Amino acid sequence: MTPTRSLASRILLSRTVWIGLSVVLLASTLPLYVSGYILGLLTMAYYFGVFSMAWDLLFGFAGEVNFGPSFLIGLGAYTAGILDNLYQPSIWLCLFGGAFASVAGGVVLALPALRVRGPYFGLTTLVAVLILQNFVIVAAGLTGGEIGLTVPDVISVDAGVNYWIALGFMAASGAVLYALSRSPVGLILQASGQDAVQAGALGFNVTKHKLAAFVISAFFSGLAGALLVFYLGAASVGTFVDVTVGVQVIIAAVLGGRRTILGAALGAVFLIAAGEALRPLGDLSTFIVSAMALVVVLLFPSGLLGLLTRARETT
Amino acid sequence: MIAAAHLEVKGLTKGFGGLVAVNDVGFTVKSGEILGLIGPNGSGKSTVMKLIMGIERPDAGSVRIEGVEVAGWPSHRIARLGVGMVFQHSRPLHRQTVLENIVLGLLPDRLMRLLPDPEIEARARAIAERVGLSGVIDRRPATLPFADLRKMELAKAIARDPRVLLVDEPFAGLTASETMQFSELIKAFRDDGCAVLLVDHNVKSVAALVDRVFAMYVGECIAEGTAAEVMRDETVRRVYLGGSIETAARPESSFGDRMPFLQVENVSVHYGKAQALENVSLHVHQGEFVSVVGLNGAGKTTLFNAISGMLPYSGDIRRQGRPLRGLTPAAIARGGIVQCPESRELFGDMTVRENLDLGGQHATAEESRERMAWLFELFPVLKARQNQTAGTLSGGEQQMLTIARALMMRPDLLILDEPTLGLAPVILEQLSKALERLRQTTTITVLLGEQNVTFALPHADRVYVLEHARIVWAGDPSRFAAEAGTGYL
Repeated sequence: MTPTRSLASRILLSRTVWIGLSVVLLASTLPLYVSGYILGLLTMAYYFGVFSMAWDLLFGFAGEVNFGPSFLIGLGAYTAGILDNLYQPSIWLCLFGGAFASVAGGVVLALPALRVRGPYFGLTTLVAVLILQNFVIVAAGLTGGEIGLTVPDVISVDAGVNYWIALGFMAASGAVLYALSRSPVGLILQASGQDAVQAGALGFNVTKHKLAAFVISAFFSGLAGALLVFYLGAASVGTFVDVTVGVQVIIAAVLGGRRTILGAALGAVFLIAAGEALRPLGDLSTFIVSAMALVVVLLFPSGLLGLLTRARETT
Repeated sequence: MIAAAHLEVKGLTKGFGGLVAVNDVGFTVKSGEILGLIGPNGSGKSTVMKLIMGIERPDAGSVRIEGVEVAGWPSHRIARLGVGMVFQHSRPLHRQTVLENIVLGLLPDRLMRLLPDPEIEARARAIAERVGLSGVIDRRPATLPFADLRKMELAKAIARDPRVLLVDEPFAGLTASETMQFSELIKAFRDDGCAVLLVDHNVKSVAALVDRVFAMYVGECIAEGTAAEVMRDETVRRVYLGGSIETAARPESSFGDRMPFLQVENVSVHYGKAQALENVSLHVHQGEFVSVVGLNGAGKTTLFNAISGMLPYSGDIRRQGRPLRGLTPAAIARGGIVQCPESRELFGDMTVRENLDLGGQHATAEESRERMAWLFELFPVLKARQNQTAGTLSGGEQQMLTIARALMMRPDLLILDEPTLGLAPVILEQLSKALERLRQTTTITVLLGEQNVTFALPHADRVYVLEHARIVWAGDPSRFAAEAGTGYL
């Protein structure tokens, strides 16, 4: 390639984009020949993929470790579920409400949290999860408390339809987040994450950009959470809010490859598939999956996707 | 419109905790002028630069860019008004190419800019051409030589066509020919009507480039004028060279040991691409007080860290003839070579006494008590403050505590790295007296690293001058001013 090709064409020509498209196309044919059980599993995995991609935008690009992805996810999920329970508007409205609540909660959390430096941002987000978790349990009349919240509506009962919705949503989210990460704004975000002082001296309002990243991350997390509620037909603390859910999201993103966006989705599918494949081992399966994640993080810090693209770059 | 794009600083003041870092500083830089802002470590020159850029917020005073008051503004607004800064240490985007790194500097601060503007890329290429990076434009920063990285930082800083350019230590780590190249680039900005502020340690390094020099010491202006005037200035000479210093050197032959206690032979250290030490050789006899004099970045800390076993190096370092290579830093310290690092490394939340007790961990309780009584005699102020937490001590008291804690370990060789860093002159004197007593009442061996010559010379038996990673002079302290002094202003 000549060095004169523009940044825009470089994005279009990027192999990652073409590989991503082929994988999505291939995945969309799965309902034709795999069982409903596997489709169900992948549906979950795709929503998790969106959680992880949204988290990677914050950590990999803006450089902020959000220990509370499940705060944003939970806000979206419970808001959508409660709206449906109380008023039964159209599902679209519930989804929008969930995404909006997550963005609003994200701003309320990020505004003060972005003022503190270093590890305190992470700690603030962690505390937010615990507060939300306690609120859900205390306000049991509204949220179903520890028993969980069942919603009257679901989007579809057909495994294939649910699968396509999840895949389409993941593909669309991935495309938006990836394009964003490769856009001028993505470049500014990366600079802000790596050296906030210098980014400021280059004329960028670091807080504004980080806040924007938080809002975008919250929007996709909340929307994915809301969609997942209408797939599962129920919301519970254990599936949406618990700190361990957040940890899974983080592990998936790091496993797939930090700063790659698409790698995060790969990591989520891998994590859920591995957990399922090892299910016969009982409690041991969690241990093995965690150990594998640890090995990848220690030996290949650029993650699964980083490993693939790195190998290609050097040839 | 008034033609001069310029920077005007008045009454600038900034304190950190109890320490006044910058006190009532004022100067102007006109359009088409290069001002050198110089001062030793801790003089406040970097703080002044950060205050101008808005990285730190001034306590008082005014900063005007073309007449616009910007004191207290966040740095991104100041940058957009036309101030660019070349950082000494920066973290470029390592996964992006040089071109993309320069493009970054050209992007508007807007969130809705999602598609790259082709015009921006053309401008980035033009800037790369101007600073001489055309050949490496598609490479990643990690594969570039150090000088090209500096050029890339310059390219980023000038991307927005600043009318005021701040450059932090422009020539640190560059070779002579690279320095020439970089100087030419900076001159070109001046000729375009830019106001340029160069921040550096000494006049010499920027003399060829600057139109005027503004010299600072402990937060205040001590001289202003042309490079030649400032180099002749009495106060500047006293700060950098110590004026007439009484030395008390003992001749090297008076140390009876056949083999020096510490031998450093042909030691070289690299940090990635930058060479931090180049074939450095020196020795210290048992009981001797040796000073290594050098400006910031000359390699003093690197030398001490190599001796303490904290860095990989080539060459040999021997203690009483036995090589130290392969020993862990902990083993070297327990063996009696104890370093007081520049950063002090005190436990800020522990009391003075607890910090000292930690130093005496390896001694018996009885020994430790005796030792502490002796130290309290040497540093009476520590006795008065023994129940205060270390973090609340003044800078000078913290330095005394650092030395006292090292002495608790009964070192055979005490390494002091820049003990005067950021200390006021009166504190310096107290510290100097304590060292004098230490030298007179004990047989301790000391290796002192300093850029403050006034402090380094009086106690020294021998002096080494370290410059750009090499030893350039060694000898008796009384000959220092005459033989090595001019190179040190």
